[in-house]
Parts: sequence; structure tokens; C-alpha cells
Amino acid sequence: MKTFKLGGVHPPENKLSQNAPIEVLALPETVAIPISQHLGVPANPVVKKGDTVKAGQLIAKGEAFISANIHASVSGTVQKIDDIVDSSGYRKKAIVIKTEGDVWEEGIDMSTDLIKEITLTPEEIVTRINEKGIVGMGGATFPSHVKLMVPQGKKAEYLIINGVECEPYLTSDHRLMLEKAEEMLVGIQIQMKALKVEKAIIGIENNKPDAIEHIRKLLPSYPGISVEPLKVKYPQGGEKQLIKALVNREVPSGKLPIEVGCVVHNVGTAFAVYEAVQKNKPLVERVVTVTGKAVKQPSNFMVRIGTPIAALLEAAGGLPENTGKVVNGGPMMGKAITDISAPVTKGTSGILLFEKQASSRKPVHNCIRCARCASICAMGLEPYLLAVLADNKRYEDCEAERIMDCIECGSCLYICPSGRPLLDQIRVGKNQVGKIMRARNQ
Amino acid sequence: MNLLTVSGSPHVYTEQSVSKIMYGVLLSLIPAALVSFYFFGLAAILVTLTAIVSCLFFEFIIQKYLIKGPVTIFDGSAIITGALLAFIVPASLPLWMVVIGSLVAIGMAKMTFGGLGKNIFNPALVGRVFLMISFPVEMNMYPKPTTLSTQLTDIISGPTPLAVVKEGVAQGEKVSDLMPQVPEYVDLLMGNMGGSVGEISAIAILLGGIYMLIKKIITWEIPASYLGSVVIFAGALWLINPEVYVDPMFHLVTGGLMLGALYMATDMVTSPMSRWGMIIYGIGCGFLTIVIRIFGAYPEGVAFAILIMNAFVPLINSGFKPQRFGEEVKNG
Ligand code: SF4
Ligand code: SF4
Repeated sequence: MKTFKLGGVHPPENKLSQNAPIEVLALPETVAIPISQHLGVPANPVVKKGDTVKAGQLIAKGEAFISANIHASVSGTVQKIDDIVDSSGYRKKAIVIKTEGDVWEEGIDMSTDLIKEITLTPEEIVTRINEKGIVGMGGATFPSHVKLMVPQGKKAEYLIINGVECEPYLTSDHRLMLEKAEEMLVGIQIQMKALKVEKAIIGIENNKPDAIEHIRKLLPSYPGISVEPLKVKYPQGGEKQLIKALVNREVPSGKLPIEVGCVVHNVGTAFAVYEAVQKNKPLVERVVTVTGKAVKQPSNFMVRIGTPIAALLEAAGGLPENTGKVVNGGPMMGKAITDISAPVTKGTSGILLFEKQASSRKPVHNCIRCARCASICAMGLEPYLLAVLADNKRYEDCEAERIMDCIECGSCLYICPSGRPLLDQIRVGKNQVGKIMRARNQ
Repeated sequence: MNLLTVSGSPHVYTEQSVSKIMYGVLLSLIPAALVSFYFFGLAAILVTLTAIVSCLFFEFIIQKYLIKGPVTIFDGSAIITGALLAFIVPASLPLWMVVIGSLVAIGMAKMTFGGLGKNIFNPALVGRVFLMISFPVEMNMYPKPTTLSTQLTDIISGPTPLAVVKEGVAQGEKVSDLMPQVPEYVDLLMGNMGGSVGEISAIAILLGGIYMLIKKIITWEIPASYLGSVVIFAGALWLINPEVYVDPMFHLVTGGLMLGALYMATDMVTSPMSRWGMIIYGIGCGFLTIVIRIFGAYPEGVAFAILIMNAFVPLINSGFKPQRFGEEVKNG
């Protein structure tokens, strides 16, 4: 069975919610929709306080090349456009809407009928995806239409679909592949058309045999698409690792996947693309896993963007008494959040709760030079060295040791027996090296 | 609501810890310890206990009163240093010398560099080399194994098999004439020969090594390249002239090679970080061991070989980087 070659770890999988079907969460009383939920420039609000909006209506426009439109996720009245505290504790501008009924914008097909025939031209597809505010749903939230525009002089050969879900605990992609497989497959065909590629490969780790089986059965009516089961190994969902695992190509340092003829999208994105192109529906809801060892009912919810995280926790049986940490995302790359009233955004794939005793790090000891961090780094780096160099502010050496290749997968900090804060120090180093590099290029 | 902890990702960590690794190493030493207690009796037990207790004691004193920092004597590393030091000295060594060896190992080789993880040389080996230079007589008297003896005095001692062969060859004797003077291979393998406390049984040490490999405490690169290169270098000489150079199998099962290759050279603190670095280091150890054993002044070369290679580790680390992702661009 295929996998990537260099490094990798096996954190306990803990897919507690994998058998919980996707439930539609009740509409919240208000939603707070940040104007920046994507990588790139924030969108500009096009509504004002007091306006009535319909669900699916454009409320903020992404005007820069790397930006994304934002749409109302509920119908109601705009209460305010003001700073809120987002899930990472930063103040961010958001449009707050008070829910009134559930009225959708005209032209959005709300039926569940599967539409297979793709009538739009490649250019129209890209425009549509841009209009509907589709971003990478795996967590990186990079605007999707940008990835579908192949730069001059490059050629896409493969569309790689990430169904790996290598983060422990998370199951939103898994459930989507089981419950919306056909929509997802049409979405993949749409992306193939836009990219003008003949081949698409869906990579799925073999801890999801039901999803592999289910999609395989549907494949005969979707030519060009194949499914590849992958050996479970973290961080297989990293773009570079996934490409290596599926087509055995290595994206060179500092380059994008297109360099080796690949474009990578997440299964959630493929579903969102289907809805945008076939149903004219903007990205206003997503699947979010709510999980954790103390959570009463680990669940997968279909949630409107902007819903407070607290509402999801309520629906999953309430916030357990001894919760010590709440993470937006998976345990390896997710961000710890400060306030559960923060909203779900386009990049929220899961909410993970840790009990008090599991919330703090291991005690820190001297590095015993065991080389474990270096042997598991999927980028072939030496985390112990990068951490020391960054700590000593030797940023030029950091750059020479390829600190910018680090994908912040967290494996090094996970594996270190001495509990060294490796990734924390590497992040500081990356930040500084990034600054130096930008200054040099000016 | 209660306050939430906020820390950078990741939010899960392995169960593995420094002390778990160290106690794993100690557990793996049990077979070798049992064999030595069986052949050398009470004397071996006393040497081992003395070394462990003095290593803990010196580490405690230094951390508490000299450095005035945190005391970490129970992370297991000092116990390992003690046990390994005991394993590479003769069972008949006076206990006060064992104490001095421990002081050098912990004080000089470990704590002056900043403690666990900062030292360049393997502490136990430094202790042994210090003892060898300071007390050459006592360090070269190896008791003959007497099963389960409790006697501490009048131990019959004699040269180790390696010394028998080395001196014999030096005096112009043929290897084939010397072999009857050393124990049979079976005995060499089991440990029924003169030698240091815990070095004698290749089988017991191998068992411990396999345990460490399975438990992923050590990796295969260093032991394999070390032992492999010993076989190759010794084998080449043996093929050239089997009457002057003893066969590679003999090198494998005698002296401190097994213990050195599995426990001393693999000491994670003092060995290289990348796979190729480890392999180069192992080959260097193997090469130097054979050179010293055959051409050097001492019959045994493991301790010196590893210490010399320890000194090269920083160089090896900067010369042999792990394979970086994206380096080997295969477009298949
Ligand atoms: S894993 Fe931790 S202890 Fe081991 S070399 Fe890396 S930083 Fe040091
Ligand atoms: S976080 Fe960076 S340095 Fe650490 S293992 Fe992942 S890629 Fe390597």
C-alpha cells in the first residue's frame, strides 16, 4: 500500500465520531461572519447595519486577487459590523446578523437532486467558484479559484483529491465521503474540466475502508477518477506528502505542487465546488466534527458559517465539566481557542475538547540528542537544530538549514521524549527568516 | 466558565519520556547482569552496586551543591552510566577504584559539559579509560569465571582471550597454536571467559540489544555498521593470513565489542543524528577497534575507538544531513 517515504508518525487515531451521520444543526439566533476567513486580503463589506439580507447573499466582496467573497449564512437583519474576538483570540471585523426565518437568495437550487451534467466552460467554472467564495476546506483556506488557474508555462497533469484526513479525531471529510460521495465526484469532474486534466486521484487512508469501498463502487460512471488507499501515516494530508504518496513526485523546496504537474484539493472543497457550480450555492455552511474523550455525543454537524462554537458544543451534549482546552481543528495542527463564543468559519473542520489533565504539555528536559525528531520529520529537517538556531537568533543558519520547508505538522514536538518546545521555536525562526527574505526581495 | 489553556499545536504528545527510555535501557541490561553475577558472583554484584550508587551520589552532589540547579538523578541516566561503567571493569577491581571511576564519569565527562544531553564523550567509557591509565595493574587483572562464587579474595585471574592471542602472536606464535589456550566458541558466546563484569556474554548482550531495537530505544544503523565493519576489516586480514590474524568471529564474541556496539556506541547523546552519519560513525568505530586490537598497544580497542569517534560527531553531524524532502526529485 502506498504512502510517503520520508519520516512520519502514528498518533493514536481516536476517530470517536466516525459513525455519527452528519446532522443539520438548528439555526443559531445570531451569526458572526468574519470578513477574513481565508488566506489573503480581507473582503470589503457591501452591506450596512440595519440591512435585511437573505441566506446566500453577498455581504463582503473579495476584491484582491488572493481574497474570497463572503456570503450571509442566514436570512435576517445586519445587527452590526464590528470587531469580535475570533477563535484565536484576535479581534477581527465581522458582520453580525440576527436570524429571521430561513429565506434564500433567488437562483440557488435548494433541492437535493444530483445534477451530473456540467454545462459551464472552464473559464465560467473558475469565475463561479470565485464568486461563491470557495476556499480550501481542509484548514488552509486558500482561495480555490486561484489554485484552478494554472500559471503561464505550467501544465497540470493530475488533480489530487485529499481524502486522507490524517489528523486524529477529525471525521468531517470521512462522513462527507460517505454521505455526499456523488456530489463530491461531480465536484471533482468540474475541477478536472477547469484544469483541463484527464486524471484525478482521491487519496484515502485505509482506516476508512467504508469510504474507499463506497466511492469505488460509484467510480464506473466517473471516468478519469481513481481511488488510492493509503497506509495510515501522519502528515499524509500535507500537500507535498500526498503528492509523493500518490504519484511519487517531490515538490522542490519553496515551490508549489503545479511545479510537478499537480493541483491538490480537499474532498470538502470538491463538495463546495459542486454546490457552487451545479446549484449556484455559495459557501455558507460546512461539516464540523465535535469530538473529544469527554464529549457526550461525538458528532458531525452541518453548520452555517458564523454559528458560535458554543452552540455546537451544546448540541453535542454540552461542555464537559473538566474541559481544559478547546481546539479549533485537529490535535496536531489545530489552534487552541480562548473563547467558545467565537464563530465557526470556512476553515473550521472540527472542534476538539481536551480534559484538564490532557491540556498541558509534558515537562521539559534537556535535549538528549535521541534523533527521533530528525528521523520522523516528513520534510527531512532537523528540528532539534532548527529550534536551537532559532533560539540563538541565528536566522541565516536557520535559512540554510531550510527552516522555511517546515510545514508545521507538529510531529517533532509530538515525538520528543524531552518535551522540547521544538515547533514553537521553529515558528519564531520561520517568522524572522520570512521577514529577512521579504526584505531581501524588495 | 473556567479558563482554557492556550498553547501552540500539536496538542497531543507521545507517552515516551527520557526516563522511560533510560529505564528501558536498564531493563535490557538484566540478562548481561545475570550472566555476570553467575560467573563472577558477589564480586560482580558489589562492583555494579558501588558504581550505580556512586554515580547517583556524585550527580546529586554536583547538581545540588555545585550547580545549584534542579536535581534530576532519577531520570535514569546516572544509573545507566553506573551500570555500564561497572560492566566494563574487572570484577576484581577494588571498590574504591570503582568510586573514582564513577566520579570521573559523572563529574568530568558528564556534568562539566552541562549534564545529560550536553556531553561529547560517553561518560562510562571516559571513566574506564581514566581507570586504565591510573591503575593499569588492577585494570588488567581479569578474574576467571567461577560459577556463583561468593569469595572476594584470591580470585584466580588471568589474561582475557584477546590478550592471549595478541601476546602470543607478538611472540611469533601461530593463531592455530594459540586457540587451544582460549575457551571454546560456545563458552565465548555464553560468557564463560575472563573479562570485564558485564562484557563477557555476547548472547546476553545481544538479547538486550534486540529488546532495545524492538522497543525502538536504539536503531539498527550503528550496531549493524559497527559489527559489520569489524567483520569486514578483521575478515580481510584473516583471509590474508589466518596464522597471524584471528578470525572475525573471535573478534565479535570477545572483549567489549558487543557491549560497545550495542550500548556505548549507540549512546544517543554522543552519537550522530542522521542515518548516514550513524553509519559512517559505526564504520569508523569498527575500523578503529580492529586497528587498535591488532596494531595498537592494548589488546582491546573498543573504548578508545568509540571515544575517538565521539569526538568526530559534531563534524559528522554537519557533514551528513538527513535526506531532505525535494532533494531527490524523481518524476515517475
Ligand atoms: S526528539 Fe527531542 S530529545 Fe530527541 S533529539 Fe529531538 S529535540 Fe532532542
Ligand atoms: S513541524 Fe516542521 S520541523 Fe517539525 S516535523 Fe513537522 S515539518 Fe519537521
